[in-house]
Amino acid sequence: MNRFALVSARTIAEAAATATSTVADAMVAPDAADAGEISVVKAGGIDLLDLLKENLVAPGKIVNLKEIPGLDAIVEADGGLRIGPMVTLAKLAGDPLVRQRFRVLADAAAASASPQIRNVASLGGNLLQRPRCWYFRAEEFRCLRKGGDHCFALSGENQYHAIFDNEFCAIVHPSTAATVLVALGASLELTDARGTKRRVGLDDFFVSPNVDILRENDLGPHEILTAIELPPLPASTGAAYLKQGEKESFDWPLADVAVVLDFDADRRCKSAAVVLGAAAPVPHRAKAAEAALIGKPIDASTVGQAARAALEGATPLAKNAYKLPLFETLVRRAVLAAATSR
Amino acid sequence: MARTPTTRTETFPFGIESVGLGKVERQIPIDEPPPLPPNADLAVIGKPVHRQNGRAKVTGAIRFTVDVALPGMLAGRILRSPYPHTQVRAIDIAAAARHPGVRAIVLIARPDDPTTNVVRYVGAPVVAVAAVSMGAAAEALALIHVDYQPLPFVVDMDEACAANASLVHDDASVPAGHPSGFPSPTGLPLNGNVRGPAKTSRGDQAQGFAAADIVIESEYRTQVQTHCCMEPHAIVADWRTDGLTVHMSTQFTAGVRQELAEAFDLPLARVRVIVDGMGGGFGSKSSLGTYGRVAVQLSRQSHAPVRIMLTRQEEQMDAGNRPATWQHLRIGAKRDGSLTAISLASYGTAGVAVGAGVGNFAQAIYACPNFESTQHDVFINAGPGCAMRGPGNTPGAYALEQAIDELAKRLFIDPLTLRDRIDPSPVRREERRLGAAQIGWDRRHAPGADPGPVKRGLGMAQSLWGANVQTNSACEVRVMRDGSVEVLSSVQDIGTGIGTVLAQVVAEVLGLRPEDIVVRIGDTEFPAGPPSYGSRTTASVTPPARTAAWRVRQMLFHEAALGLNTAAEDLTAHSGRIFVRADESRSMSFRDATALLRTDRISAVASRSDDYGGFRRLMHDAALAQQDLGGVQFAEVAVDTETGIVRVERVVAVQDCGRPMNPLLIESQVQGGVLMGLSYALFEDRILDHATGRMVNPNLEQYKVAGPHETPQIDVVLLENYQGRSATDAYGIAEPANIATAPAIANAVYNAIGVRLRALPMTPAAVLDALGKLPARR
Repeated sequence: MNRFALVSARTIAEAAATATSTVADAMVAPDAADAGEISVVKAGGIDLLDLLKENLVAPGKIVNLKEIPGLDAIVEADGGLRIGPMVTLAKLAGDPLVRQRFRVLADAAAASASPQIRNVASLGGNLLQRPRCWYFRAEEFRCLRKGGDHCFALSGENQYHAIFDNEFCAIVHPSTAATVLVALGASLELTDARGTKRRVGLDDFFVSPNVDILRENDLGPHEILTAIELPPLPASTGAAYLKQGEKESFDWPLADVAVVLDFDADRRCKSAAVVLGAAAPVPHRAKAAEAALIGKPIDASTVGQAARAALEGATPLAKNAYKLPLFETLVRRAVLAAATSR
Repeated sequence: MARTPTTRTETFPFGIESVGLGKVERQIPIDEPPPLPPNADLAVIGKPVHRQNGRAKVTGAIRFTVDVALPGMLAGRILRSPYPHTQVRAIDIAAAARHPGVRAIVLIARPDDPTTNVVRYVGAPVVAVAAVSMGAAAEALALIHVDYQPLPFVVDMDEACAANASLVHDDASVPAGHPSGFPSPTGLPLNGNVRGPAKTSRGDQAQGFAAADIVIESEYRTQVQTHCCMEPHAIVADWRTDGLTVHMSTQFTAGVRQELAEAFDLPLARVRVIVDGMGGGFGSKSSLGTYGRVAVQLSRQSHAPVRIMLTRQEEQMDAGNRPATWQHLRIGAKRDGSLTAISLASYGTAGVAVGAGVGNFAQAIYACPNFESTQHDVFINAGPGCAMRGPGNTPGAYALEQAIDELAKRLFIDPLTLRDRIDPSPVRREERRLGAAQIGWDRRHAPGADPGPVKRGLGMAQSLWGANVQTNSACEVRVMRDGSVEVLSSVQDIGTGIGTVLAQVVAEVLGLRPEDIVVRIGDTEFPAGPPSYGSRTTASVTPPARTAAWRVRQMLFHEAALGLNTAAEDLTAHSGRIFVRADESRSMSFRDATALLRTDRISAVASRSDDYGGFRRLMHDAALAQQDLGGVQFAEVAVDTETGIVRVERVVAVQDCGRPMNPLLIESQVQGGVLMGLSYALFEDRILDHATGRMVNPNLEQYKVAGPHETPQIDVVLLENYQGRSATDAYGIAEPANIATAPAIANAVYNAIGVRLRALPMTPAAVLDALGKLPARR
């Protein structure tokens, strides 16, 4: 870990003005001298501290967001919810409003990391954290995503890697909250130093390696994530989230699946969102699975078709083909759970 | 040479308590205490006494080695090789030496020294620095330039066995034996990267297999497991002109003192090794190690105390591991199950080290007249293995206990019944009986019988481990005039609670409570204690503790006899008082008796005598008792055949350790053994990147260790097995508690799904693959 200055911003504008770089940009800063000029923001600090300790990023200054008032609120807005980026995963998991309206989000928050981490990790940081690929996380491997010229995972140890969109870089997106939030149609509010806000759908916010291999999202250098917004869920909606790790205690998912279904009066599926986490470099919308559900009653045959359709186009690597039957099972179970959760 | 003491004959309780106790006569040294009755008749020994340092541990008051902070102490750090095999051509330390915080630099790999200038694994130590802070030391490491000449390497055991594989060792560099002391054959041939075989045989293989009605043949693989001690390896070395003091997280203070004296040419009397709190060792903290030696060198060079604490990454790469194995078993049997022949071939890898054998499990556990094993060490460019909780027999049992179940299936005999026929051990017979009742073995059904995707299964497996004793073990007991009592030994508490057990032993003899005894251990200033490895601590140090307490009690009784107007032989002690045995109305308090002492303190030192009845084998300071330690474990699992997840719901561990000294501490240790075995069975795996030789999971995030959600219900059932072998008749429990777990789980998984997994860990990927659920390769 390098030496750095820690400053606490009092306002969003001050934070946005002080932070010169996203963490992703800071990691590929041309040389150490430049890196020292760089400042990045810190929310809960869980991911940033990991990156600092592994010598993967060496900013000269770290801008703490924790002292900015009002970033850790959960409020009703337009029938949905507006969640502050500094809300911890523990608070999200236990918040009565979230549990009542978006139980599936509380479930995902409760299933992530460990109790200690959930008490500190923020939702904003969770969405913006960098991937956990073990080649990416080790200083010794200068991989594509760190500005190198080689993906070590494609021909290496890829048991925990992507089965979709893995042609160049086989990371999986690490956020379990993102899997659910994409399925719920969440959007983000991003604020720059002048106070200008832009809204972006979470689905559109994440960036495939085909677009830019050096980052996982569209956050700008002087932008602060200021809110996560959830549209209202109709009463006719059912939702479920399933995570399968090798362990239940403090483990990343091998596969996780979020399903949000809406039904018409005839109990036919009116709309569907099926999102796979730990499957691709971004939360992966299984559009073929959604199509297989829409317009149909949820029975064993439909569910089976949807589960198989969810894996259409998968390109498993040498050591992760097990994810196909695993995802198929989780999609099937999540769809059934969502259909019976109303 | 120990002088032969005069002996006397005594009658000891004998046998397994739950089966029925008999008696046995033994010749015992004249100066050792009379036989200890069974636990039921004792006040303190065998009772569930809480560990004395438990409160200090949970409040953080206890001092671990990493908490030791001496005035002027420097931070030591080690620069490690990024290459799996490389020559070190030059090391430029000029810039690091100019760093204002640097106080000493030690070259571990010396470019001009052919015995050290080739390093053979990623993470091998190259240079060490001592500086005024951890940060300054890290900065200094970054200023060191090493000119590496990378060499061809191999990190896969199968590839290392190939004829054209690049060579890890040459004749000069190949290690002769095992560094941490457990026996390993020497003088074996080296062929490429393959050393061995070490051969064992009895009887006639050809005849044995010819006589068999059924022959089964199977292969098993086990992975590399790392020790993952909660407390990392740590040392604080303080070199002074009048001697060397070392604080070290070690399983053997006395052994480290010996190593230091030899390495630095110091008399033993000038070397002191201390450890207080310790967070586990499991075999990885048995010796001084390179980091320990280097810390002393840095301290000598800088004239200041130096602390080296390994990071978790260093722990995972270069602090030892359980070697990986491949085992091929062939077993012949008659229709009734009696074994006619066993043939075992193994290849294992301890990285650059030796010690990857699979033990004597297949050789010794079952009655079989014809046996043959050939065991090979395969060198790869990976961190050295070392002893780890049941070395050899843990992977050995994983393979053989599954093969025995395979045989049982072929013979249409229940696995328990088959073992009843072929296992000569009366201890394990009783353990099978108790365990089967506890888990409800009669519920066991045919594989795959459950409706739905989740299949349940029951399995069992057995353990075999030698009962080890360190004869070079001693203990002192002191009684003060104010009635306070001390017990002293250099033995260390690595987390198992031996200090509490010593307090129990002394309290029992003196008629006091365990909390009345002040325990001073973990310091070589005290009488030599045994190492805490090889499950030998309790067996080695509790007998001399009882003998010393008994001798000091005799001294005290001489004083008390005057006060009570009787003879010392007529006295007894319990409930904090000294009584006339024939008339307990005549007594005085322990404290009143000690007030009669002529001096402030009386003391006795006793050392470990040979087991009554002798040892099976005596090797220098270590001995193998005549009995073996058994252990039978049962597992109940639920396997989700659609996700591949194996959940262990319950483990019943039936264990023996001679006389159980403290059931609470034993249960705790057995639970630890079960969890470590469960974690080995399902999760842990050191994964090396084949392209670079680097470990991709050198942490506790991607190196997966079972956590609270993975913890099953664990029922510990303890046997009392009295053999009349020492003043306490106690033996160890650490390793036996670990050996049977993985095969018991594997056998339960087979019983659940009807498909046998032949490799560890049993991950969802492996389970789905075994069930034929992976898509065909494109």
